[in-house]
Amino acid sequence: MIIELGHFALVLALAVAAVQMVLPAWGAHTRDARLMQAAEPAALTQLALLSLAFAALTYAYVTSDFSVENVWANSHSAKPLIYKISGVWGNHEGSMLLWVLILALFGAAVALFGGNLPPSLRANALAVQAAIALAFLLFIIFSSNPFVRIPLQPEGRGLNPILQDPALAFHPPFLYAGYVGLSMAFSFAIAALIEGRTDAAWARWVRPWTLAAWVCLTLGIAMGSWWAYYELGWGGWWFWDPVENASFMPWLAATALLHSALVMEKREALKVWTILLAILAFSLSLMGTFLVRSGILTSVHAFAVDPARGVFILAILVVLIGGALVLYAWRAPQLQQGGLFAPISREGALVLNNVLLTVACGTVFVGTLYPLALESVTGDKISVGPPYFNLTFGPLMLPLLLAMPLGPFLAWKRGDLLGALQRLLAAAGIALLALTVTLALTWRGPWLAPFGIALGVWVVAGALSEWVARVKLFSAPLADSFYRARGLPRAAYGTMLAHAGVGVAVIGIVATTAWQSEAVLSMKPGDSAHIAGYELAFRGVAPGRGPNYQDQIGLLTVTRAGAPVTELSPAKRTYDAPRQTTSEAGIHVAWRGDLYAVLGDELADGAFVVRLYFNPLVRLIWLGALVMALGGALSLSDRRLRIGAPRRARRRALAAPSPAE
Amino acid sequence: MTRKQRRAAFIGLGLGILSLAVFLVLFALRDTIVFFHTPKEVVERQIPAGKRFRLGGLVAEGSLKRGEGLTVAFAVTDTDKTIPVTYTGILPDLFREGQGVVAEGKLDPSGRFHADMVLAKHDETYMPPEVAKALKQQGVWHGDAKAKGGVPK
Repeated sequence: MIIELGHFALVLALAVAAVQMVLPAWGAHTRDARLMQAAEPAALTQLALLSLAFAALTYAYVTSDFSVENVWANSHSAKPLIYKISGVWGNHEGSMLLWVLILALFGAAVALFGGNLPPSLRANALAVQAAIALAFLLFIIFSSNPFVRIPLQPEGRGLNPILQDPALAFHPPFLYAGYVGLSMAFSFAIAALIEGRTDAAWARWVRPWTLAAWVCLTLGIAMGSWWAYYELGWGGWWFWDPVENASFMPWLAATALLHSALVMEKREALKVWTILLAILAFSLSLMGTFLVRSGILTSVHAFAVDPARGVFILAILVVLIGGALVLYAWRAPQLQQGGLFAPISREGALVLNNVLLTVACGTVFVGTLYPLALESVTGDKISVGPPYFNLTFGPLMLPLLLAMPLGPFLAWKRGDLLGALQRLLAAAGIALLALTVTLALTWRGPWLAPFGIALGVWVVAGALSEWVARVKLFSAPLADSFYRARGLPRAAYGTMLAHAGVGVAVIGIVATTAWQSEAVLSMKPGDSAHIAGYELAFRGVAPGRGPNYQDQIGLLTVTRAGAPVTELSPAKRTYDAPRQTTSEAGIHVAWRGDLYAVLGDELADGAFVVRLYFNPLVRLIWLGALVMALGGALSLSDRRLRIGAPRRARRRALAAPSPAE
Repeated sequence: MTRKQRRAAFIGLGLGILSLAVFLVLFALRDTIVFFHTPKEVVERQIPAGKRFRLGGLVAEGSLKRGEGLTVAFAVTDTDKTIPVTYTGILPDLFREGQGVVAEGKLDPSGRFHADMVLAKHDETYMPPEVAKALKQQGVWHGDAKAKGGVPK
């Protein structure tokens, strides 16, 4: 009964989405306030209906109702509760339902908090949101309905064991919140194009939502990377795999969008570009959903898929992205150009950021889709791996990181490059010091890596220098600095943290890429191995039992220069249902790096294959991402962003004249 | 600086970075891509020894042998042609006889494939698309039916 209720709510949500798409847009066109107002209750009803549908499916999972095909195929009664719940979005159908639920959440947020927006802009934006929802609801109902019933089964087939993991339980919701959050920027961009008008208020409304989406995306990607690191047992944290790239491209575009929306908000410049970027960022999110779910790409992360769905999603992509771009080509030239600025200025620096980020995103795009294009043209199947991305993406990040600390020191409109450089002398000194120390410590090579470390240090020190300069630390009395530090807006701290986070991540990436050590060996109980100054003694393998799996646990005693450090217990885990084996890496976390052990197969002579890694400073990668997200969240909590949208009085003045066309 | 000069400066910057990127992409695409071949293609196209590529197919039944230490030998087949493979290291968790596999490495002059990477998959019903396509063309594998077929009616 509850399942049917959920199913019914889903179909009803489709009808409401259709209403929400047509009425407000028609109202905005004919300036009919009553029709425009229909958007608000429609958006809220949609959220209520989709919450109901999602709750119904969750209920089916929690109660292990195996008369629902989706539950039967992806769940098992012996699974721990958290994985029963995360199983709701651990499969294609459920994850699509989560996708539209988050979309409805954002739509409802516009309806609830968008009271200070021009009514026609809000009506149009909500109509566009409804159009996206309509497309995805059609997709869910006709090609991936999670509520399909089957004859009651005694037991489910179980969730793919590698998905039974805490980090992966929360990875999809964050990632989707990021993907779907970008739909706000998209909807507002389309609404602005329909209206033929954008202004600073538009950017002031769009920027916090983009920032929120960006924070979620950052966390989602970091979680996915962390999961891949400890669960897949390869000791790597990023593989430049198509599925990873699919989430990374929207992140790059969203990062660029955040910065260009800043220019638009503060200086009313880069309007046409910002609108395009908003369209592209969400298009890349849609493509991300498409790439992961259609199965057209070879990926280590790919899951079994149904090709018919791919065609459906492709149609959605063509209509939404194609339609948006056509509208853009038609209407964008009518948007008014904004303020002027010199090449050396805050705006100029942000343009440089945008050019580098979008071009870098473009190289990732080419690398991800080139194999597809080549196969459809010549029939040759190729794979583009990490070497390609290291060669193209890396060099483009170099100027970006070099210029990053400079941007905040340049004034709007016309900046003073020499002055900015002077104020960064201390940061440059620290970076040089880091370079010398790293070179001395790692004289055996690789010789490029110390420069990478210095670059990361430069970014961190540069971010901190901005703060030092703004609170006049060292140049004013300490009490005065403290007072200034308290008065500094949260957005300034947010920028500083986010930029410093990038630097921290860069240090981690360079260190672990350049100085990772790896050893694969066969060990019998009593054998010992050496890696990165650690000595590991293999003590044997013992069986273990979890709630729904059987473990084979290896025991390694780790010592360093004779002193005991820790015990590692990498395991091979065989799940009851589906019967599948996963590796559970044994990881020792320390500041200098992770000691990482994987237990492999048993050999004929009673020895076990053991793979050992030492990943120096690898934690800094995720720490950096966390700091970035924290910076974003801090900036989001800035009072100026929350009350930034125009006041009512001004809105009336704006809404009165019809847009110039 | 006049408006025109400013615009020229930004266009120059954009074009400069873009052309750098295009150069890097073309350079990288020439040197870093890896082709994918099925055993049949390897034989038909006479892939030279020492050229790096990805070999995809099914792990032949009964072919998995553990050698000395960490070396394993198995054969990759598309049921038409079969290529022997040697790999040193830990096989992915989902590696099994009769299952799809993708190995990356080089052929030696005797025709044996030395893999330095064997790809793991997240999902046991998953078949790498290239493998599925190649096998379907030869009428060996009907993966979609298999993946979906288990649904009780």
